[in-house]
Amino acid sequence: MELALVLSAPLIGCLLLALAGHRRFAPELNAVMSLVTFAAAALLTVRVIARGPLTAMQAQFFVDSFNVFLVALTAFVAFTTALFSRPYMRIEAHHGRLNPARLRLYHSMYQLFTFTMLLCLLSNNVGIMWVAMEGATLSTVLLVSLYRTPASLEAAWKYFILCSVGIAQALFGVILLYFAAEKVLGPGGTSLLWTRLFDVRTELEPTVLSLSFVFLLVGFGTKVGLVPLHNWLPDAHAEGPTPVSAVLSGLLLNVALYAVVRSKVLVDGALGRNFSGALMMGFGLLSVVVAAFFLSRQKDIKRMFAYSSIEHMGIMTFAFGMGGAVAAFAGLLHMTVHSLTKSAIFFTVGHAAQKTGTQNMADIRGLIETNPTVGWGLAVGSLAILGMPPFGVFTSEFMVLTTAMHEHPWATPFLLIALGVAFAAIFGKVQPMVFGETSARRLPHPPALVPVFVHLAIVLMLGLYIPPYLIAWYRQAAALIG
Amino acid sequence: MDQTLIGQFVSLLAAILLLISFAMLSQRRVLTLIKLFAWQGAALAASTAIVAHTTGQPHLYFSAGLTVLLKVMLIPWALHRLIDRLFVRWDVETLINIPATMLIGIGLVIFAFALAAPISHMAGTFTRSTLGIAMASILISFLMMIVRRKAVPQVIGFLAMENGLFFAATSATYGMPLVVELGVALDVLVGTFIFGIFFFHIREQFDSLDIRHMEKLKEE
Repeated sequence: MELALVLSAPLIGCLLLALAGHRRFAPELNAVMSLVTFAAAALLTVRVIARGPLTAMQAQFFVDSFNVFLVALTAFVAFTTALFSRPYMRIEAHHGRLNPARLRLYHSMYQLFTFTMLLCLLSNNVGIMWVAMEGATLSTVLLVSLYRTPASLEAAWKYFILCSVGIAQALFGVILLYFAAEKVLGPGGTSLLWTRLFDVRTELEPTVLSLSFVFLLVGFGTKVGLVPLHNWLPDAHAEGPTPVSAVLSGLLLNVALYAVVRSKVLVDGALGRNFSGALMMGFGLLSVVVAAFFLSRQKDIKRMFAYSSIEHMGIMTFAFGMGGAVAAFAGLLHMTVHSLTKSAIFFTVGHAAQKTGTQNMADIRGLIETNPTVGWGLAVGSLAILGMPPFGVFTSEFMVLTTAMHEHPWATPFLLIALGVAFAAIFGKVQPMVFGETSARRLPHPPALVPVFVHLAIVLMLGLYIPPYLIAWYRQAAALIG
Repeated sequence: MDQTLIGQFVSLLAAILLLISFAMLSQRRVLTLIKLFAWQGAALAASTAIVAHTTGQPHLYFSAGLTVLLKVMLIPWALHRLIDRLFVRWDVETLINIPATMLIGIGLVIFAFALAAPISHMAGTFTRSTLGIAMASILISFLMMIVRRKAVPQVIGFLAMENGLFFAATSATYGMPLVVELGVALDVLVGTFIFGIFFFHIREQFDSLDIRHMEKLKEE
């Protein structure tokens, strides 16, 4: 019941906003539909915590502690981003960058995007998971090119082609997985159900599964933004409207990583942990290091934080690759805090760019003077994402580092150097933007800053104190994927 | 009909599929490319129908019908109309000259067969020998996307890759579950639609569909 509501709310929202997305009340309607989705997700979470995993519709949908946590996070960030997009899109329309038709497209696709991500998380069928993932690309590609500038069209084309090709590789991985499953489970629709595959995971043919995992990792890894498949990510983040950058960074990358981890669990059953673990650790470490060094070369503020997302996705991939209870726990925690912090940063960056009329960091100065909340939000958010204590990012990065020292000491120097380089790059660039002289103008609508501080407060809380039910929840999920 | 004869017939269709992939790789004219793509879809549908007939799996008939509808009729027709309206019947430019591309393509075929050998060994389907061909045509379409400079041929390359994937699915496993196939077909259709919208936007902005105009976003 709750499950049906979680999926139907954004779908209904998509249809309603396709009709009325250009009206004056559309941004509010968008936020309300997202709130309904979030409420349904919260109910679903309560139910799963109380009664354990559940399946629905002849086991086509499946909820356990791992995906319910991501469903709650996705619905929450989608809701706060809808709140942020309310003034943000109004200001954009005021500045003449959008017309009513494009606003309608934006609102409708925003809801559809939420729907595809939730479908991807909740689907038990690996094939449908793939379909939803491709759907997420399709629903955001026109959002990236929403402003129809040459640069945004180029970014969207790159996003479309690279992600479609990547996801086609993943489809081949799914075909191979089905091929292996059919041997054990027989043909038919139920052989691609994750729960059934999980039951027989030790009997699946190892050679086929190893090949399948390579294709799945490359395919879904393209969407995670793993180096060297990351080319689309900075462009898509920089050229699209900021709410879209916030959900791409905060949610889509998580969902793609979720798909990788789900496949990893199956492959580990057939092959043992070493094969998939080594691949993921390699890709993760490469992403962390390469992204950290690219950070310092960026001039565009949204591009810089996009590279920071690649870096953090690398850390998570590395953590899940190491495996084990502590590393998986750290990976899940990092997913949560990264998604909250990064979307908060994008909210402030969006308003800062609107105030100064540019995304070029050299031209953004003195935010604290003109709008203290935007300035402080950016400063605090940047410190949080850089892993300063007492924020939650510090906790998870600390856990990843200590586990790495213990189990894979060779990787630790790379991680530490990358984190240091990232710190120097981001801190050095954010500091003059926040302080310093300014000539920024006032915004025609009051900026939405409540979401920023709610997100940062949760991240701060997770750094100081993780509530016991949350710990139990992470532990369950970590045990499932560890 | 007797099994070996059918098996040979499917192999023949697989060979045609691969041949068309090579023809697409060497083709310079966009209109011919679209025709070739439609023929590739027809070969795919025919082989799916034959597999459906021999194995008696009704959902494969459905899949074959869907392929005919989408990939032989609807998408080629839409692409045709699109290039008519955009006046883009140019000769395709390639990044690497065509003989060199063909040589790389042959290398890919050998690689694909080496990769597929251990798997097709395990497959119980009578069409298993064609898995290598399916993989080869996926890789060739991939190559085509890399070497082509214009938007329309890139998209045709993408769609041809999808054909190869479907062929792999039928030859290795007698097709994916129906719900998945429907979902994939929907994604392909919506994707083509969005590509169409894109062509107009790109053209409006750049006055051309040459991807070379879109190389502004680079790292300094």
